Amino acid sequence: MAHADQKLAIFRGLLKFKSNVQKIWGVLIFLSIVTTIEVVLGIIKPQSLMTMFFGMKLLNWIFIILTIVKAYYIAWDFMHIRDEKGSLKGSIVLPLIILIPYLAFILLLEADYIFDVMNAGFVSWNF
Amino acid sequence: MEVATTNPNEETNVWGGGNRPLNASYGKLMMWFFIVSDALTFSGFLVAYGFSRFKNIDSWPIADEVFTHFPFLHGVDAPMYYVALMTFILIFSSVTMVLAVDAGHHMNKAKVTFYMLLTIIGGAVFVGSQAWEWKNFIKGEYGALETRGGQILQFVDADTGKRVALDAFAANLPTDRSTHQRSNGLWFVDESSLPTFSVEEVKSGFAANENLVIRGEKIDEKGHKIVLSREASLDKINDAVGVVQGANLIHNEYGNRLFADFFFFITGFHGFHVFSGVVINIIIFFNVIIGTYEKRGHYEMVEKVGLYWHFVDLVWVFVFTFFYLV
Repeated sequence: MAHADQKLAIFRGLLKFKSNVQKIWGVLIFLSIVTTIEVVLGIIKPQSLMTMFFGMKLLNWIFIILTIVKAYYIAWDFMHIRDEKGSLKGSIVLPLIILIPYLAFILLLEADYIFDVMNAGFVSWNF
Repeated sequence: MEVATTNPNEETNVWGGGNRPLNASYGKLMMWFFIVSDALTFSGFLVAYGFSRFKNIDSWPIADEVFTHFPFLHGVDAPMYYVALMTFILIFSSVTMVLAVDAGHHMNKAKVTFYMLLTIIGGAVFVGSQAWEWKNFIKGEYGALETRGGQILQFVDADTGKRVALDAFAANLPTDRSTHQRSNGLWFVDESSLPTFSVEEVKSGFAANENLVIRGEKIDEKGHKIVLSREASLDKINDAVGVVQGANLIHNEYGNRLFADFFFFITGFHGFHVFSGVVINIIIFFNVIIGTYEKRGHYEMVEKVGLYWHFVDLVWVFVFTFFYLV
């Protein structure tokens, strides 16, 4: 990857930078804003976001989505995946986005089931 | 018609590895292999953490109440501020790393050196912060009792709802119980050091202080720990079999035992990655100074360690979310 063919736009071309260095600082500012939002939400914990949504609090879903957004920009702009060939992009990202949600899904479902068993079973776990 | 071949290697060396279909060098590809497999390792850890948490969804410790320290602010309740600061430090050292990679593309040795140095400093500050975080976690703050079933009983002031430390109320009873050592007892039996207070001292101190109540592990609908009434507390305290102060891999004063285990394991494994990243960065830093990459004609090595360094940052973003925020 030569420095000549770096893509200098983020947000699908909404924000274009003049140089690679400028893009790096731009991404840093964006990541800082997202982290600040996370920390502020984590400290305030607004009651309106405490409603349950699909097995988890809405606030936790927001945290997870913001984290994935951050991960995307770290991988795409700091690790330069944006400038790699499509085949390399795919072979790095696809295994992860297939395997990790799958593992999370089966294990969390199983954990929820174990919780129900311990909760409704006849054995006391609190003695 | 004649066929124009631009590159003779394209046809001859496809099977020999001469062709580069992914347009990335061998070293970079291997780094990506490693990163993908390491990402799966970390996700295995984090999903295992999620498993234990969902299994104990109604009694898991609340991170905001565990990580409340900030350097030089003693006794100030500062949940999460320090880990947020650590996150910023690590993201910033990621930025200096990518700036070093960019300077490498322009063959600017002075700038690469400078940015590598900043990256190393950022990484070292982060590892130091993590060590400090561990120190606070291991030392503990309030202390608690543990029941026979491994449940943690914490003490709060019934009027203010604030946590109360054991040494604020535990009675001082005369005792001749001392730590058992091989030299003064059975030579084949060991005992770890005793807690500062015995269960009896905590019990009698609790009975003497009318405004103290017990807080169990269970969480109510709003996400707060359930506080028992004074009568229920006096009854509950009889279940206690041990005093816990701080945390190790077997006991911890914060709640579920698995919580401390996962804390040590996941942040420890990540901290080890940061540490090895700093070491690799230092090696590359000196290679830059002595001009190895200048002679080689390219700074791709900086880019490769950069990939590793960004990956460490990427993992921290997830650890931060799942350990401290969610």
